[in-house]
Amino acid sequence: MNGTSTMTGTMTGDTFRVITLSSLMLLGALALWQLGSTPSVGGRTQGLPGPAAVAKVSWEMLSEPFYDRGPNDKGIGLQVLSSLGRVAIGYGAASVVAILAGVLLGLNPILLKAANPYIQILKPISPLAWMPLFLYTIRDSTGAMILVIFMSTLWPTLANTAFGVNSIRKDYLNVAALLQLSWWGRFFKVILPAAAPMIVAGLRISIGSAWIAVVAAEMLVGGTGIGYFVWNEWNNLSLTRVIFAILVIGAVGLILDLGFNRLAKAIAYTE
Amino acid sequence: MGAFLEISNVTKYFPDPSGKGMQCIFKDIFFEIEQGTFVTMVGHSGCGKSTILNIIAGLERPSSGGVVLDGKEIDSPGLDRMVVFQNFALMPWMSVYENVRVAVKAAHPQWSAAEQHKCVGRYIEMVGLTGAESKRPTMLSGGMRQRVGLARAFSVEPKLLLLDEPFAQIDALTRGVIQEELVSIWMRTKNTVFMVTHDVDEAILLSDKIVLMTRGPEAEIAEVVDIDIPRPRMRTTVIEHPNYYKIRNHIIHFLVERSHQKRQTA
Ligand SMILES: Nc1ncnc2c1ncn2[C@@H]1O[C@H](COP(=O)(O)OP(=O)(O)O)[C@@H](O)[C@H]1O
Ligand SMILES: [Mg+2]
Repeated sequence: MNGTSTMTGTMTGDTFRVITLSSLMLLGALALWQLGSTPSVGGRTQGLPGPAAVAKVSWEMLSEPFYDRGPNDKGIGLQVLSSLGRVAIGYGAASVVAILAGVLLGLNPILLKAANPYIQILKPISPLAWMPLFLYTIRDSTGAMILVIFMSTLWPTLANTAFGVNSIRKDYLNVAALLQLSWWGRFFKVILPAAAPMIVAGLRISIGSAWIAVVAAEMLVGGTGIGYFVWNEWNNLSLTRVIFAILVIGAVGLILDLGFNRLAKAIAYTE
Repeated sequence: MGAFLEISNVTKYFPDPSGKGMQCIFKDIFFEIEQGTFVTMVGHSGCGKSTILNIIAGLERPSSGGVVLDGKEIDSPGLDRMVVFQNFALMPWMSVYENVRVAVKAAHPQWSAAEQHKCVGRYIEMVGLTGAESKRPTMLSGGMRQRVGLARAFSVEPKLLLLDEPFAQIDALTRGVIQEELVSIWMRTKNTVFMVTHDVDEAILLSDKIVLMTRGPEAEIAEVVDIDIPRPRMRTTVIEHPNYYKIRNHIIHFLVERSHQKRQTA
């Protein structure tokens, strides 16, 4: 056997082990779930819906994702789209603000030092804590939700952009200066691509926070959206649908993250 | 009327590494460069060569004194000057082509895309990189990277080209080849060039004049050596010229023996 085939041999061996372990974890989780869903002896507690029940409901919900039978009965696709729409607005606006502000701070080390304590104080505040203030000031629940998402995504992108720009090699900025690039020329051709790996890392953390925040915000004041769906089905005592929604939330989060993983690979560079 | 480039009484202080007060890196630097000539500054590492070059580029400000290029006082960077950096300073997220095009675009914003494209191609060809346009700099050897750096700098067609130890990070074999290429490009374009190096052979091969700096701190110009070896010069033939070793020994002797003198007598 030559070296190459040994190599590929081990590679597929590893892949095989990974897939086997993953499958075992899934089986284990399903078994625990099944156990937890069995009503306890004496009938004191009602069991949770089991995997089979959830699979059945999932199939029903996923086969007709876009039906609309009034405010409290919409397909899961519509709910997810409505959440994603809010995320798109709040996250989009916050990203633009955070990147621009981050670049300004990153280019002015003194300004960055001055602002840093405030960023560090504001960063750990749960975005939900702002909700009452937003509801009080703008008196509109959709606007308040979008602002909550805005707050949840601002800080990671801002901090990452500021520190990414701050650590750009002086050489690149010198070249931009020698070529007399305009502010926007410098921004798009040098600063943004140079700091892109850090900025995208920030955007990736932010999209995760946004997706967490939108579910929570919708549970509070939703009306529509996947978070509202969870709350509504809890009020309907339909735990099967709640579990289904939890799985959908995880899946959408995963897809969003994978998108940013792709983006991170596309803009990465080696010095 | 003064010379094309006049460096007059330039002095530079930097914060002292100890954190207390300021340290004088060099003082009263005065020299001139005639249009179309190649002038090199030679001195020990740390005497402030890069700082002088950056002051001429406008990237750094002198503590006192000034620089006048073609009758205009220099106080900021401009497209009339381009720098070739020791560490290349190419944008790693751009291809070879894009690295040159960003410069051509900056120098000739009024040109059409087709004209810019032709110009980029011409300078990439000049440095022998045709075919490597789409490569990222990280995929290239040091020699090829600096060719991109040269193409970028020449493509701006600056009044003054500033080379900061451009070949120091290139392996010895490639270095000789690129030095000769630079000689031949320069013979055609006749740019005015100010180069900084500590490689004496490189300086003699390329220069009309060599400015010798004493050691820092408080470095000064010790003397200016005329290189009266006819052009075109080749690495192999230049060493056969009767003046070559005389000049070389003079400079080496200065760097080893005399570069302290000013400081000791001061
Ligand atoms: N930005 C700076 N701040 C403080 N000291 C500096 C700075 N830049 C250079 N120096 C000091 O100035 C001296 C000359 O540096 P440099 O011009 O790079 O020398 P050379 O290019 O001749 O090796 C060195 O001692 C260096 O430490
Ligand atoms: Mg230097």
